[in-house]
Amino acid sequence: MLELRIERLAYDRTVVEGIGASVAPGDHICLLGPSGIGKTTLLNAIAGLVPWLPAGAVIGRDRIRLAYLFQEHRLLPWRTVRQNIRLVGASDETVDRLLADVGLADHAESLPDQLSLGMARRAALARCLAIEPDLLLMDEPFASLDADRAGELRELIRALLASRPDRAMICVTHDPADAAALANRLWYLDGAPATLRWDERINGVDEVGILLDRLRGVVLA
Amino acid sequence: MSRSIATPASSPPVRSWARWIALPVLLAVWALLAHGLATPLLPTPVDVGQAAWREAASGELVHHLGVTLRRVAISFVLAMALGTALGVFMGRHSTANAMLDPLLVFFLNLPALVTIILLYVWFGLVETAAVLAVVINKVPNVTVTLREGARSLDGRLEQMANVYGFTFSQRARHIWLPQLFPYLMAATRGGLALIWKIVLVVELLGRSDGIGFKLHMAFQVFDVATILAYSLVFIAVVQLVEIVLLQPLERRASAWRHTGGAHA
Repeated sequence: MLELRIERLAYDRTVVEGIGASVAPGDHICLLGPSGIGKTTLLNAIAGLVPWLPAGAVIGRDRIRLAYLFQEHRLLPWRTVRQNIRLVGASDETVDRLLADVGLADHAESLPDQLSLGMARRAALARCLAIEPDLLLMDEPFASLDADRAGELRELIRALLASRPDRAMICVTHDPADAAALANRLWYLDGAPATLRWDERINGVDEVGILLDRLRGVVLA
Repeated sequence: MSRSIATPASSPPVRSWARWIALPVLLAVWALLAHGLATPLLPTPVDVGQAAWREAASGELVHHLGVTLRRVAISFVLAMALGTALGVFMGRHSTANAMLDPLLVFFLNLPALVTIILLYVWFGLVETAAVLAVVINKVPNVTVTLREGARSLDGRLEQMANVYGFTFSQRARHIWLPQLFPYLMAATRGGLALIWKIVLVVELLGRSDGIGFKLHMAFQVFDVATILAYSLVFIAVVQLVEIVLLQPLERRASAWRHTGGAHA
């Protein structure tokens, strides 16, 4: 059962303030905002990777299983894809099933550096899914992919999210189209120090369109 | 210690005969000189071979070689274990590094001979003093190399390990060891070369067995043939360790680098 609450976050330099938000099961949040505003820092804070964060800033993290798709694949380059996924506790059968899900059934014994960027990211995604996360964090999962590869990955992630409706997701992106495809909730981080300017639920495609127009206005402004 | 610890870059193929020129030439020059000068101070290769055979037949060679190798092995294992622990610790904790670095510089610059003499004076001419002297000389080198390795550990993989809750032993085996391996190999290579030289000095100054002791005895009667015989056998053994142990180990552990990457 996911119940993550993010209290006020304030750090020394990269300042993110006034995040007072809860993440519930089934929330598919896209986190948007200008580059350098602290989106990745917020994600790292949620993942527990910000050592100087005051205790209690993120409540409930120790009760949930959390997976993180980093911008780089962060697979161990000296272990095969299979070994990498087994290291987080998956059985051989699970590895095969997950790799089939992400379209890498033939690459279990490959080393990460033998894969293309998009394939390595899908392998990392399989590792995320291997721990059956309650909350999946993704940092710019479509960055540096060409439009076709990005589209494929977006469809894949959408299908994976649909197959587990109680799973929550927070995805950092700068592309409103990703938000339209994946999110049922939008966060927009802006200002100095950065605050959560919007936290909006999206119901249905129409609202996505309206919100996207507003977003484009903000992003382009 | 100057060996490259970087990934070997792909270089043009070396002609296979190129390695087999220098040593035969050296041997020929030596033989010519020895025959021309005809002095016991420069014995011929055949004299040295006979000396080696004589020592081997009497069992002396194997005995002293074994004693020396045992000292090398014990000192090596201790120095690597201590140096690795200290180096990784100093590489990961900047305060500890700031505190210990002056000590490290001090011991790096302490002449091996001074350590050996002092330990013999303080502990007597005993085995412990001998091994300890070698260890004290070697630990700083291992520490410096492994500190470099610990500093180069990829923080992004640490974050990944934090997210997925890797245990200490998982981190050690799957994250740290593969990254530290080139540094461990560099420390091992430099370590063996340094340690066996220091062990000989230690034996020469205060032990009654081992190759250093035999060299000392031969030196006192100017028996150059025996000196060269022991030296050559020892060089051969060290090379054997390199070929039989170190090179296969290195090949196996770095195999993942050479499988060709689609992207860096």
